[in-house]
Amino acid sequence: MKRRALLRAGAAGSLLIAMRSLAANVVVSPVLSELARAYAGPGVALREGRVKFDITPLVENGNSVPVEVTVDSPMNAAQHVTSIAIFNEKNPQNDVAVFELTPLCGRARVATRIRLATSQQLIAVARMNDGSCWTHTVEVIVTTASCVEE
Amino acid sequence: MARALITMPKTARAGDVIEVRALVQHAMETGYRRSSEGALLPRDLIRRFTCSFAEASNPPAASAGGAAVPGARLVFAATLHAAIAANPYFSFHFRAEKSGTLVFIWTGDNGFAHREQVNLLVT
Repeated sequence: MKRRALLRAGAAGSLLIAMRSLAANVVVSPVLSELARAYAGPGVALREGRVKFDITPLVENGNSVPVEVTVDSPMNAAQHVTSIAIFNEKNPQNDVAVFELTPLCGRARVATRIRLATSQQLIAVARMNDGSCWTHTVEVIVTTASCVEE
Repeated sequence: MARALITMPKTARAGDVIEVRALVQHAMETGYRRSSEGALLPRDLIRRFTCSFAEASNPPAASAGGAAVPGARLVFAATLHAAIAANPYFSFHFRAEKSGTLVFIWTGDNGFAHREQVNLLVT
């Protein structure tokens, strides 16, 4: 009985941590904001919004983590997303991927699977054809890291 | 020879936005892992993935490999790094306007090149 109670408390605790990281407004790490700034280029303001970075807040296996980035854009010739970059904070390399999109896509949504070495933040930066850049930062907890032991 | 899997509808109505999913078999060796003997495993990555569309009036030549398809328009591309999981998977969308062929090309380290083609009939 005692063991069961302990297990339950443990599960509730980890859930609480996950929920807190979801609810709290993520303070973007300096590493990520620097990377996003470099990607946007000089003189381009980074704004939050329009981008939705979907990832589970509690990752059990860092070897293959499904992610999805959706951008609010009509994706026509006049208004579309030209690229989406994903950066991580604490893998050995900060680059994850850069996607190039065109009006032929019809919808600004991409999904892939990534590796995560440890609990960290991730940022998605979307560049529109008008030059503006939009971001969304997420925080994830990784319980089993990807095989990149240093 | 790598194996690849493309999942998408074979037919669509003009104006439909369809989901395209592409999966390719590849270890995506990061260059940070060690073998059981302790030697660093050399980096071996797919570096780039592209999907382009050739209209039915201008079908792509049957040439293999990672060469660009003349006359085809780029739909979607990705630059990959070590943080992409093994057997890279991408899902994106395509607005079907005319019948034609979607050409998928993966290129990477050690001369890796793989190409797939899928015909799409637009009614």
